[in-house]
Formats: sequence, structure tokens, C-alpha cells
Amino acid sequence: MNFFKRVLFLGLISLFIVPSHAELTISVTEGMESALPVAVVPFASTGASVDVSAVVNADLERSGYFNMLAEQAMTSRPSSAQEVNFKEWQALAQNYLVVGRVTNTGGQYDVQFQLLDVYKGGQLLGYKMASSQADLRRTAHHISDLIFEKLTGKKGAFSGRIAYITSSGAANHQLQVADADGFNPQTIASSAEPLMSPSWSPDGKRIAYVSFERKSAAIYIQTLATGQRERVAEFPGINGAPSWSPDGSRLALTLSKDGSPDIYVLTLASRSLLKLTKNFAIDTEPAWSPDGGSIIFTSDRGGKPQLYIASSQGGSEKRLTFTGDYNARGSFSPDGRNIAMVHGNGGSYRIAIMDMASRAINVLTSGPSDESPSFAPNGSMILYASKKGGTGFLSAVSIDGKMQQKLVFNSGEVREPAWSP
Amino acid sequence: MKLNNTVLALAISTLILTACADTEDKDASLLDGSQAGVNDASTSGLNNGSGINGSEMGGSGMYGSGSGGAGNLGPEFSDPSNPLSKRTIYFMLDSSQVQQDFVPVIAAHAQYLLANPSQHITLEGHGDERGSREYNIALGEQRAKSVASMMKIQGVSESQIGIVSYGEEKPAAFGNDEAAWELNRRVEIDY
Repeated sequence: MNFFKRVLFLGLISLFIVPSHAELTISVTEGMESALPVAVVPFASTGASVDVSAVVNADLERSGYFNMLAEQAMTSRPSSAQEVNFKEWQALAQNYLVVGRVTNTGGQYDVQFQLLDVYKGGQLLGYKMASSQADLRRTAHHISDLIFEKLTGKKGAFSGRIAYITSSGAANHQLQVADADGFNPQTIASSAEPLMSPSWSPDGKRIAYVSFERKSAAIYIQTLATGQRERVAEFPGINGAPSWSPDGSRLALTLSKDGSPDIYVLTLASRSLLKLTKNFAIDTEPAWSPDGGSIIFTSDRGGKPQLYIASSQGGSEKRLTFTGDYNARGSFSPDGRNIAMVHGNGGSYRIAIMDMASRAINVLTSGPSDESPSFAPNGSMILYASKKGGTGFLSAVSIDGKMQQKLVFNSGEVREPAWSP
Repeated sequence: MKLNNTVLALAISTLILTACADTEDKDASLLDGSQAGVNDASTSGLNNGSGINGSEMGGSGMYGSGSGGAGNLGPEFSDPSNPLSKRTIYFMLDSSQVQQDFVPVIAAHAQYLLANPSQHITLEGHGDERGSREYNIALGEQRAKSVASMMKIQGVSESQIGIVSYGEEKPAAFGNDEAAWELNRRVEIDY
């Protein structure tokens, strides 16, 4: 399989759009040879503060599925299907064309776009939507989702958000939430002591995380809209690895209050604790199956860390991984068919995926210190943390390992990404 | 510097004990004096255009990390020839077993704690960056517990010892090589 390398510095474009938020650069480091040629013509616009078509173009490019036509190569700038001369786009070897316009309607905007099939000369999609100024980027991501789904048959993941931990210096730790394209990063918690392990509630409205702000570990649940939070676990020892149940009612977590770290399930309404594992070894990093019936976790009960599965009611513990000398931090794909994990072998730690049916492990990344895999809500990509030259950054890889994206922040260490549901 | 040979022998035998299992330690007293100088974190609402109502709650800025304070320790703690001057215990990869070299250091601190029963310490467990973060938290705690059980076997009261694990979150050395990693796999004895 041949890959071609290309680099898109979204950040350079972003400087002209929202300078104060341009902190993240995303580059596609590996894409598919078979990427579809698509042209997004700059939308006709009356004074919109966001270049909607540029956001759509960047989203589609970043997905790795498409080979986007550069603006300079375009020979005309149609903004509706009626203005399109399809022969002209056929001559440019484009399969698909996106045209549109953004119209200021006095405080609001009308955004309309059409997705056209260049060779058939017809419309595949056409939408007109109203958007406030503040929602223009979100509207653009929504358009990207619609186009992506139409052309690939898979749900787009451009409208989601990512949570992650960043540090600048030893005494400045922040939990941030940004759009899936890295824009609009907002700090939702900051502390002089470490913050860890963000986990989204299934409705995307709250985040559970670990904070050492009181000089010991505690688990908090914070509501994004208000910033209000609640301390839900502060037992002696480890309070770690929170993971929200699919129905949102419970939190799986790690506590060491009885001696060794074990997996517990905390029912949020009653605050009752169910102790799931009772082993003298390390048991940690619980993650729920999408049906809520099972929990996978990391345990070194066999000598080295490996993944195990148990009933979320307790019992029926079974070892899942046997390949490699280190398998940890498992998480289920949204369809429950695969598990992503940190796979260590010979001192190199990579992201791998295991097919639950065949138990075959497929290594997706090159290491040497990749960690914290998190599935995109559509299951097509895995976001993870990587390190090179001492700097931590985020990357995404498609679940077949064929596409890679790198997300680079201008400063500081970025880690523990979690893709919103 | 004088080391009681029985203490040393005891300490070595503890090595074997801790290697077998750190089992029935009930650490109900671990969360204790470390609450002094409480650090808050500041939080903010998410300022988001749509769907979510972004009423922003003003975060009140960052709070400095309250230094634990070395307190009034005697001159023996700064005398390089005294094992009390060493307050970091280093570990092998993926291991919470105390290495022979550090047995006298732990024994010396245990002796000091026995002689000063009102003295409290916190054992901070740490790991290197390799592997997953929450697993490293667990490993850091095991390291701190190995040191704690050696001290307890020498008679130090459980109430004198607090334990916290930071895993790989507070590296002593930055870098992605063995030189940095071996400095980060450690337990710090905090007076």
C-alpha cells in the first residue's frame, strides 16, 4: 500500500479567522492514495466573521478521505448550481463540487450549500440553514458532517469536541475542551497540582476527572455549561480512572482504600459503591461496553499488565489479551466490536485495536510512547496522545491504521484526549 | 553514622515480604495532615455558542501550590554523609521492590521517625512516563507502600506515614530516555 504524505497547516489559515484562539495546528501526516478529488468553492459571503467554506474545506481535508482542490487552481467561483459549468470541473478532474453562500440577514446568517456530482451534473445534497454569528463554525462543521456522510456512507465526526489535559510548566495544569478541529479551546479547570483522566458523560454535558488539588487524589464531576462541580470520590489512597456508564447513572472508578487498587462502580444518585474486583494485584482503568453489561480493565494479576473483562454487576472475570507484554487502558468502540488499547512490546508503546470476535490484535501506530486512545463517536478514528522530542501532542489514526493526523499545540504538553460522545 | 544491624536485617527481610504481597495494609489513616494548605482548582463554564447555555462562571485564577514545608529538621538531614540526607528511593522498571542500596536510607528515616513520634512524613510515589497513566498511578502507590511497610516493620506508627501517588504526573527529570526515566521511578520522603 502506498501512502502519500501531505501537510496542511490549518493554523496558518486560522490566524486570519480567530487569532486569539489559534492555538492548535492539525496536519494530515498520512492519507489514502484513493482519496476522492473534491473542490469546495469559497462561498459568496456578506460580511460573515467566519469563512464557512474554509472550515468545511479543512474538515474534509483533515479526514484524509478527500483530496481537496486548492483555491488557486479554480477557474471560476460559482456560488450556486445554476452558475456551475460542469465541463470546467471535469477538466480539473474533480469528482465532487461544493458551492454555497452566506447571507447576512441582519444579526443572523443564512447559510446555503449544494454538493454536486461533477460527472453526472446533478445535486447530491442541498441545504439552507439559519445560524447566529456565534454558531457559524458549528454550522460549518455540520455541513462537513452532511457532506462526509453523503460521500463515504459514514457519519461525520466534525461537530464533536475533545477534552484533554495540558500543562505549561510543572505547576500549571489545565483541563480544556476544544472543537474537534482544535478551535475554540476553553479551559474548564486549572490547578497547580496534576489533573487527569477526563471522561465525558454520555450526554456530553458533564466531564468526570481526577484532581490532586487537595494534595491527594479526588474525582470530580463538572457540568460544562455552568462550571459547577461536585466531588464524588475522595477515599484514602487512589481515586482514579473514572469512566461513565452508557446510561449515565454510574461511574466506574479505581479505589485503593482497601489496600490494592480495585475496580468499583459508583451509583451517582445514591452514592452507593459496588466493589467489582477483589484482587491483591493492581486493577485499574475500567471502561464500559456500549451495552453497559461488561467492564474491561487493566490488571497485573498475571504478572504483567493485561486487559480483563468482568460483568458490570461483578464476577465472571476473564483475561482478554495474551499478545505482547503490556496491554492497558482499553476502551470499547461505539459498536462494541473492537477494543482500543495501549500495546507495549519490547519497551515501545503503541495504540492497537483488538477485534472482539477473533481476538486478533492490529497495531495501528508506530510508538514509542503512544497512550490514552479514545474513539471518535462514529468509530472511524482513534484519538491518542503521543510524544516526540519531549513534547506531548495529540494524534488521530483511522481504525484500519491507514490515515494519520497530528494535532500540535503551540506550547505546552498536551495529553489524555477524550472525544465527546 | 551508625546503623543498627538488627534493624538492617529486619529491613532486608521486609524486602522479601513486600515483594511477595502488599496485602492487608488497611490504609484508613493515609489521608491525614496532607490536607493542611488546601489547594483549590479554579473552574469555568464552557462558553459555547449553541445548545449549551454558556453562562460563564468566573474562575478565580490559579492557586499556588502550598509548599509542604521542610519544617525544622536537624543538621543531620543536610549532612551528605548521613543517610537521612537522602530522601529519594529509586526503583527498577515496572517494579515496586526496594533495591538493596536504599535499605539503609529507609532504615535511617525509620529510626528518626521512631525517635520522633510526633513527626509525620508523606511518601510520594512516582513512575516514569512509559505505559498508561492510571496504571502508573497504581505502580507509584505500590512503591510508596513498599517503603511504608519497611518503615512500619521497624516500628514506625502507621499514623506517622501518609501516602500519595502521582504516577508519571510529576516527573523529577524531563526527557524521553533511560537517564530521565530512572530518576522518575521513585518515592520521595517528604517531611
